[in-house]
Parts: sequence; structure tokens; C-alpha cells
Amino acid sequence: MESQNVKKNSKFMEWFGGTSDTNLLLTITIVVFFLMYIGAILFQGQGFLKPQTFFNILNANAALIITSCGMSIVMICGGIDISVGGVVALVSMSCAVYLDYKGGNIIGAIGIALAIGLAFGLVQGFLVAYLDIQPFIVTLAGMFFARGMTTIVHTAPFNVENEAFVKLKDTRVVVPGFGSVNKLGNYVNAYVEIGVIVAILVVIILFVTLRWTKLGRSFYAVGGNSQSALMLGINVKRTKFISHLICGLLAGVAGFVYFMHVGSGSASHASGMEMNAIASSIIGGTMLTGGVGNIIGTLFGVLSLATIQNIVSSAGLDQAWWTGITIAAMLCLFLVIQSVVMAKKKKLLTK
Amino acid sequence: MNKGKVSFNKQLLIPIAALVALALFNLIKDPSFFKIALGTNSAGDPVLSGYLITILDYGSELAILAIGMTLVTAASGGQDISVGAAIAIAGSVILRVLCGTNSRPDTLQAPIIVAFLVACVVAMLFGAFNGILVAYFKIQPMVATLILFTAGRSIAAWINNNELPIISEPKFGYFGGYIPGVPIPTPFFIAIICVIIIMLVLKFTTLGLYTQAVGINGSSSRLNGINPQFIKFLTFVILGLCVAVAGLIKVSRLSTINYSVIAKDIEMDAILAVALGGNSLSGGKFNMTASILGAYVIQFLTTTLYKMNVQSDALSAYKAVVVIILVVLSTPVVRKKLSQLGAAILPNKKEA
Repeated sequence: MESQNVKKNSKFMEWFGGTSDTNLLLTITIVVFFLMYIGAILFQGQGFLKPQTFFNILNANAALIITSCGMSIVMICGGIDISVGGVVALVSMSCAVYLDYKGGNIIGAIGIALAIGLAFGLVQGFLVAYLDIQPFIVTLAGMFFARGMTTIVHTAPFNVENEAFVKLKDTRVVVPGFGSVNKLGNYVNAYVEIGVIVAILVVIILFVTLRWTKLGRSFYAVGGNSQSALMLGINVKRTKFISHLICGLLAGVAGFVYFMHVGSGSASHASGMEMNAIASSIIGGTMLTGGVGNIIGTLFGVLSLATIQNIVSSAGLDQAWWTGITIAAMLCLFLVIQSVVMAKKKKLLTK
Repeated sequence: MNKGKVSFNKQLLIPIAALVALALFNLIKDPSFFKIALGTNSAGDPVLSGYLITILDYGSELAILAIGMTLVTAASGGQDISVGAAIAIAGSVILRVLCGTNSRPDTLQAPIIVAFLVACVVAMLFGAFNGILVAYFKIQPMVATLILFTAGRSIAAWINNNELPIISEPKFGYFGGYIPGVPIPTPFFIAIICVIIIMLVLKFTTLGLYTQAVGINGSSSRLNGINPQFIKFLTFVILGLCVAVAGLIKVSRLSTINYSVIAKDIEMDAILAVALGGNSLSGGKFNMTASILGAYVIQFLTTTLYKMNVQSDALSAYKAVVVIILVVLSTPVVRKKLSQLGAAILPNKKEA
């Protein structure tokens, strides 16, 4: 009954996703996001109507979008990577130290960011794919290693004062047509940060990769059933390795984007980001069991999560408590939905 | 019979080897590591002090957690990463019951045992929540417990309205400190009691057997009349109980609580203890003695690192390296290579 309904309006969805599981989960996500945003407009006042509010959500969460995309790839491939938050912290601290204490330049900093991400991706990918160790254990160790290394690189948090970097950090990209008139009657342009552009690029590239390239399709195949993927002649180990490599690299990119947003180095940066990334992916309809998921869903997952956080903070609730609790509750809800969907599918198959 | 005994010893060999290696390292670096002095604490009671005592002291709560973690690992093939957050909740509940509404009570509002029992119930409920997600909704254990991992410390803060209650009653400090007249830290005794209980349970009930059966093959254990879902659920509830005990020790040490710092990164140590005990992290057979020994070895490592002036925040980096080395060594691929290497170097020993 339910799946029939989905099939009817799935022409648009068909283009986005593959199987009907993806459609159902993706539909739920997008509906939830719009309901939440409308709810926010209704209950939290007109602030949410302004385009800039939406752009601010993007600005604050560009790094999360990028890490979540990497996370989705790994999860589609049947793995998980919880080291991303630690890598982001390590990247921002290393770049900060490099720029301020070693007199480095921006290009070098970007190089450092990519190198750190790539290194984590390489090592973790090798351990997971070729030594067949559980991805959770490997990346848990990776997370603790990255957090520990961050403290070893530099202990005290500090703001970066490198001129070129501050200039880059304050660069705003104007979005034409979405400006608004402020209280003084002046027209204010709507803007996004550079990080958002990077994030959107990442989303587009990954979407195309997953949808239309051989590599992208093999991620789904390996995650769905690695045994039959092997039979189809896919190099399962290499695919898993590449998924972790991409996730690590994206964590490095996200680290630099995060660094551009906050402009400081601190060991407590991006704490809990891995959790948010996993939650976004799951809310976006990526199955933990692998083989199902897509990047557009992940994008909406991040936006839903960010909207909830915005609602929580603008409702005047104490952020520190409630953000954690609401995200956990949402994650729990979506996990249960997934589990129910899977159980139903299994029943259909056995029938 | 004989064969079983051999494998038992073999598994114990890993933590013992690690222990010996660490001990030798310390002996060479600074022999005063092993000095134990009898002093008096601020209340004037005799206490033993020294690095070894610290290891016994702080390793105990880890050992208690390792008991539950071993069972969870064996049954579900995954680990519970919410134990640190759950300890914060249990500790917060204990303080809440003891303090009532006033955060600085002069007298305790309830007996300690009542507070502890309430904490046990609460921790077991949270364990049950994890257990339901894992056993009945079939979510991977680490992801299911990620929920509580995120929310746990927030819930703990919420239980006490984000206040930091302080308990001035000296009796409360006994559980994490010293009982007057006894120079050995109390957590060690609590750990011994827990170990005895779990050993008796494993010896006289089928829990251990069923847990291993479920971990090795869930569907075949079901065909043999075991309810795998219930066993998984049960292991998470038992872990909840262990968490409550560890929580009591943790809050008793400080007589207060710091929600974001209490039992931080302890989940890593607990998993490490299980791994160091030579237990497969993907479930199946387990050896409780090895896990408990593993917990003390981990604490030995932590204390050694502290003594070398490693910052507490940086500790995790070193431990992560240890985990990776351990896990890599335990993979079949590497084991095979190693035994080939061993056979090449010592061909006679292999034959003998």
C-alpha cells in the first residue's frame, strides 16, 4: 500500500535515487525538513522567512555537509567512519599553528589539510579493506588518535591572525536576488561564505559520481551485498579502500572549511561532529547496513539537523543540553524507521 | 579438557605479556615506579600510596566495566560506546537522590544504598534501551549506543538541573577512597566482589555458554532453543549494572560530578581491555579473566604515560596506537603471516 503510493509520485524521485527504499527514506527526509522549516516559521516568528537565515544555516554547516557526504559514501559501501570530527579538529589546529607560528601561507595550509585527510583515509582504508578489521574499531582509534594529536600539536586554543587568512576568512560571496531590507531601510545583500561554495561543489561531484560512474555504482553493489559484488567482478577490497580514502580526504577538506569558518585552532573544535555526520546521513536515508542512500538526502539531513538546532537555540533552551538530546532523539527515530523498513522488505522477500 | 586448558592459557598470555613488557619498561626507566609507601591521608588514617596502588585503584572501575563489555562484545559482536555517558547519568542520579532538591546538603537526604539502587535501576533502564535497539531493532551496537553517547551527558546534566551538587558526608567518600583503617583502596574490593559474582554466575548458570553460542552464530543458537534476542538484551542490562557500580565509584572519588569530564574516554579503555584480553571484537568466545586482567594492564599503561608527563588529553593518541597494533596483530591475515615467519625462523619449535 505504502510502496504503491510512493511509486506513483516517484518519477522525480526515480531520477534522484535508485531503489524504492531510497525513495521512501528520501521522501520522509525531505518532508520532515520542510515540515520543520514551516514549523519554525510559524512558531519562531518571521526570522526564518529571511533568506539570510537559511544562508546562515548553510554557512555554519558547510563543513558538516562535506563530512556527511564522505560519511554517506562510506556508509553506502557498508562501513562507517567516526574519525571525521577528530580529523577536522586536527586539521584546523595544524593549519592554525602553521599559519601563525610557522609563517606559512594559505596554499601550504590547504596542502596540510588535504595531506592529513588523505593520510587518515589511506591508513584507515588499508586497515579496513585489506586487513578486514571492523571499520568501527579502526575509526574509533582514528578518532582518539586525531584528538590526542591535536593536543600534542598545540594545547591552548587560539585565534589565527595571519593577514592573508583573515582576508580569506572574511570573504563573502553575494547571492544575487536574495537580499533583504534591514531596519534602517538599507538594502543588505544576502551572502554565503566560500565554504558553502566548496560544499555545494562536493555535493554535485559526489552526486554525479554515485549516480553515473562505475565507481559510484560499485559502492552500492559492495554495500548491498559484497559477495555478489565480488561475483560481478568488482574489486570489493579496492572499493572499500577508496570509500574510506574519499571520506578521509573530505574530512580534510571539511577541516579547512571549518577552519575558515571559525578562524581558530582548538582541541575541542568539531566535538561530536562525527555523530552529527552519521545522524545527517541516516536522517538523509542512508542505510547503516549499506547499499542504500544518496547525497541529496544527506544534504537535507544536514539541513534538518541544523534547523532543529536553530529552533532549539532560538527557543531559548539551554543549547548544551538540548542539542544533544534532540539530535539523539531524531537519530533514534530514523534508525527505528529504517529498521522497520528493512524488516518489511525482508518479509516481502520471504513471502 | 586438556585442549581447553591450553587455549585458556594462551589467551591469558597476551595481557600477561603486555604487563611484563610494561613492567620491564618502567623498571629500566625508573625503578621507583614500583615503590609503595605507607602514609596517612588527610583524615589521619593509614593508606598505601604509590603508582602500583594507583593502578589497582583506578583500574578497578575499568575492570568492572570490562566484565559487562566482554559479555556485550561476545553476544552482539559490537561494543557499547555509551558507557562513559551512562556513568555520568548513574553518577548524576546518585547525587540527585542523595541531595534531594538542595545541591549543598548538610545531611544526606537518603541512605547511600537507596541512591545506589536507584542508580542501578536507571542505568539498567538505559542498558535496556540500548539492548532493545540492538536486539530487537537489529541496529549495529556501536551505532545504537551512539545515541546515548551523544545524549547521555546532556541527560546527566538535566537530572541535576545543570547544578554541581557537593556531598560533604565523609562516609560517601569511602566507596572511591579508603575505609578508615584499611590501607587498600575500596574500589579494589568492590571490583573483587564484582569479579567473584560474575565468576559464580558464569560457573553455575548457562549465561556464559548461551552468550558465546549467540555470538558465534545467532540463528543456529535459536535453532537450539536459545532466544538470541533476549540474551543480547540481557548482556546490555548487565552492562548497565556494571555502569552503575562504576558510576558510584566515580562520583564517590570526587563527592561531586563534572558532567563533561567524568569517565571521559572510558569507553575506549573498556573496549581496549576486552581487546587486550585476546577476545574477538566481532563476538563469540570470550575469556572473562583475560578481560579483567586486560583492564588493569590498560590502567598500567595509562599510569605509565602519566608518569612520563603525557598530558591527559594527549593520552588518547598513544592508546589509539596501541589499539591499532593489537587489532592488526589479531587479524587472521597478519596472524598467518606471523606464524609463517615464526615457522621460517624456528622450524624445530613448530614441529615440537
